[in-house]
Amino acid sequence: MTEQTISQIDTDIEDEVIPEGRWSIKDSIAPLLTFAVLLLIWEGCAIYLAIPTWLLPAPSEIAKAFIEWHGELWRHTLVTLWETLAGFALAIALAIPLAVLVVYSPFLRKCIYPLLLGLQSVPKVAIAPLLALWIGFGVLPKILVVFLVCFFPIVVATATGLSSVQPAVMDLIRSLSANQLQTFVKIRFPTAMPHIFVGLKIAITFAVIGAVIGEFVGAESGLGYLILASSSQARTPVAFAALVVLTIMSIVLYYAMEFIEKLAVPWAVGE
Amino acid sequence: MGKSQTVSFSSRESLMEESNKFLQERKRPERPTDKVVIEKLHKTYLTSSGRTVALQDVNLTIGKDEFVALVGPSGCGKSTLLRAISALIKPSKGKILIDGTPVSSPSNQVGIVFQQAVLLPWRTVLDNVLLPAEILRLNLVKARARARDLLNMVGLSGFEARYPGELSGGMQQRAAICRALIHNPSMLLMDEPFAALDALTREELGLELLRIWAAEKKTIVFVTHNISEAILLADRVVAMSPRPGRISEIISVDLPRPRALDMEFLPEFKSYSDRVRAVIGHS
Repeated sequence: MTEQTISQIDTDIEDEVIPEGRWSIKDSIAPLLTFAVLLLIWEGCAIYLAIPTWLLPAPSEIAKAFIEWHGELWRHTLVTLWETLAGFALAIALAIPLAVLVVYSPFLRKCIYPLLLGLQSVPKVAIAPLLALWIGFGVLPKILVVFLVCFFPIVVATATGLSSVQPAVMDLIRSLSANQLQTFVKIRFPTAMPHIFVGLKIAITFAVIGAVIGEFVGAESGLGYLILASSSQARTPVAFAALVVLTIMSIVLYYAMEFIEKLAVPWAVGE
Repeated sequence: MGKSQTVSFSSRESLMEESNKFLQERKRPERPTDKVVIEKLHKTYLTSSGRTVALQDVNLTIGKDEFVALVGPSGCGKSTLLRAISALIKPSKGKILIDGTPVSSPSNQVGIVFQQAVLLPWRTVLDNVLLPAEILRLNLVKARARARDLLNMVGLSGFEARYPGELSGGMQQRAAICRALIHNPSMLLMDEPFAALDALTREELGLELLRIWAAEKKTIVFVTHNISEAILLADRVVAMSPRPGRISEIISVDLPRPRALDMEFLPEFKSYSDRVRAVIGHS
């Protein structure tokens, strides 16, 4: 009855629209416009100041390189993408089980954590030449660099997540005499999921950098190799084109992770 | 919210009938069989600042299907006592018997409700209620039917497929109560279950709990720091005082049942609450 009266009143009132921070065209046009203006300034400077193409190519030169070299660019992109994804997958496959071991065994935690910290402190750029020395110049050393770069953030995020079960939830589960497997499957792992995704999102941005580092050290293919080869041959526009592809790859991979996160842990994303 | 209440209204009416019938049958037996016997219970903690006596020489007998409230200021050991009954902590000295058997590990005869609803955010309301049934490996078909009945009883029918994040605090706590009841335990242990809710929801849920209690026939141990809540709900109020945590006095509340909110204005109610207030002491 009261509901009816309220709804009658409602029709007489003009509802104020509360902005909800929703996506709007205006919001996405502003940065695009800024970007376009910057490109124009760059183009203008390159022509007006007569900067040689091998030093700093104008955006139009880079675009031209894209068209002329699209076949090569695509081939190298696939190599770098493969290295990135393989290394990332390997890191996930090893980091998550290790994090589980570390969380469940205080002894292992004492043994492994300092080692992990040491490993993380070693600059990966410095390891890459050694990997090349040991395994050669194929795809494998690059995958290993990616793995090394991704491993640590995933281990830490997973271990943190697995240990972040609220005390009251642990009490609840203990009061039901749940066994270790039930506790892990029903409580710990789902609780850790949002944390794991934080680690994965950090790792995926590192992964592309890792692949390029690996390729810089010694490679016959990949975008890192293409950048190195083109700049040494003064084909700077191609190097720039490869750089653009790398950037796009990084962004796409990051948003792909975010998309998977939304599907996998919808309860944690909305908050 | 409003919709759910109208939907469940008829079932609540029938619940009230059931509850009255139960109470007539019940008629406060002279000597109810003992459900919980606590003898000379001590609990001390070693902390960096020294030895803290959380519970000192606690003796308490709780009858079958009795509603007992443990009330006292923070630090009086009421939650510690509850956790000891649920075997989540081990006492330092003394013993606790449930149905005549010493308590050593958590029993599936006990359902627990905490101050926070602690629903799992990745499970729907129905799946949250079903969690104990899954862990205890009960027949899930039967458990699902019971879960729906329980949710209907607390006015949450229609919310089975919702996620906890979509529910108000009061609704979450209702779901938590259903979860504690899903495996049909004979005892319900509640640790300040309504303390995080606003005053109105708190009163509403208190009365709802009494209806559930009447329909489901459980022994309830209810921890609270709210004196009026304790008197309104319980058969006996166990008043505790801090440093060291101990029982000061046990007060039988002889208010008629079913209880109603306006009983708070009765002179007896006032004298009960004055007495509790006097014994627990505010230090």
